[in-house]
Amino acid sequence: MKFKKSALVSAFIVGMATSSANAAQWDITVTNLTHGNHFTPLLLAAHDHDTHLFQVGMPASIPIEHMAECGHLDPLLATPEVGAADTQADPAGGPLAPGASTSSMIMTTNMNNTHLTIVSMVLPTNDAFVGLESQHIPTEAGTYTYYLNAYDAGTEGNDETINPGGPSTCTYTEAGMIPVAPGGDADSGGTGVVTPGTPDTNTSIHIHRGVLGESVATGDGRSDLMNTIHRWQNPVAKVVVTVTP
Amino acid sequence: MELHKKFMLAVTLSLTLGLSACSDDDDGVMSPQPIDASYEVTVTNITNGQPLTPLAVVMHESGFVAWQLGASATEGLEMLAESGSPADFLSASAANTNVIDTASSSNGPFGPGAQESVSMTVTHSMDLQLSVASMLANTNDAFTGVNAWGIGDLAVGESASVLAKVYDAGTENNTESSATMPGPAAGGEGFNSARDDIDVVLIHPGVVTIDDGLMDSALNESHRWLNSAAKIVVQRVN
Repeated sequence: MKFKKSALVSAFIVGMATSSANAAQWDITVTNLTHGNHFTPLLLAAHDHDTHLFQVGMPASIPIEHMAECGHLDPLLATPEVGAADTQADPAGGPLAPGASTSSMIMTTNMNNTHLTIVSMVLPTNDAFVGLESQHIPTEAGTYTYYLNAYDAGTEGNDETINPGGPSTCTYTEAGMIPVAPGGDADSGGTGVVTPGTPDTNTSIHIHRGVLGESVATGDGRSDLMNTIHRWQNPVAKVVVTVTP
Repeated sequence: MELHKKFMLAVTLSLTLGLSACSDDDDGVMSPQPIDASYEVTVTNITNGQPLTPLAVVMHESGFVAWQLGASATEGLEMLAESGSPADFLSASAANTNVIDTASSSNGPFGPGAQESVSMTVTHSMDLQLSVASMLANTNDAFTGVNAWGIGDLAVGESASVLAKVYDAGTENNTESSATMPGPAAGGEGFNSARDDIDVVLIHPGVVTIDDGLMDSALNESHRWLNSAAKIVVQRVN
């Protein structure tokens, strides 16, 4: 805390000297608001206003598909857009459980990095992800709160079956399966809510329709998910950004 | 906050009226000329399985209300939400003195992932508001849109974006049966003047579908949605 303060003071002095807009410190807390879903390692990226890691209504990029289907951040981290951004990858050091929060700090190194994007896969799903889409963060000191929706990447049919091979064998295909249920609270052996390999009707990024799941008592053996555990409503995450100019 | 906004709108409205009265006077006093502003309204379907029907787009100022949560839908909105036809809603809106212009999209219903745009040029005022409505075709009477969205402060080149909620017109029971929904999943009836639901506009509870145990439903799990059905972007182009 003390260190942060003195860093802030010196940043302020530099700002006075150059009389130009400066780096800002964003303290960011992400809370998982779902009742029974985990978030895979989060990516937080501060970038300029022209950068869009994803856009609702547009097809997902390949790196976004890899994040949304398998939780992998490496393809995103290798893009030039993320390379030019100030980032925090996996601030929680692993999955973020239902109700859990993770706090981290981004110090923007470029005065043009005024927009924040956050992505993370929602598990257990085929290709749902929680997203903050290129949100402008005010430069004024203050605390700003945003609520996030769950989106469907549109790149994998929502068959709701879990890969018996586990997350290490996750594949980026229409017929891919859910890599894992981190809560250990899913079924197995489902035949598929949709025939595996059947694409979504909407193959662009759209609001996720939610999972169907099934109940233990009346399940018809199609879904591996539980309708009393794995359903959600939006918003699925709360993001609080405290800006220190 | 809300009160403050309304007060500001009322002030702006009376100023606007005052100014136009001045320019009519032709009394030689310098008065600002009305400025035309052009807008492009683009609606993207972000559902997975719901075609959206042709857009009803209304540019208006304070005093026009397309719908109110907890109040009965107008007949025009009932027609739009049950059949998908925006015609009655638009003609009734155009008759309101606070409405500046109305428009519809021209390419019929548009499916998941598709988008429709409407361009309109209207006299600018700071009180300019945008209302948009469109039916989710595979439902009894669900519609999405925005209601009295203030766009008067958009500068040329600027745009604003919103994810539009899904409303239930409350005018038709949500049976989901094939006989009662006009969309491609059912092919049934559109408008019916009987109001056999609770007769107030509310947030839609969503569809149940046959996959979730409503055995008479013509819908399956692909037709479900959560919270939002459309992304609406308005850009001031001139």
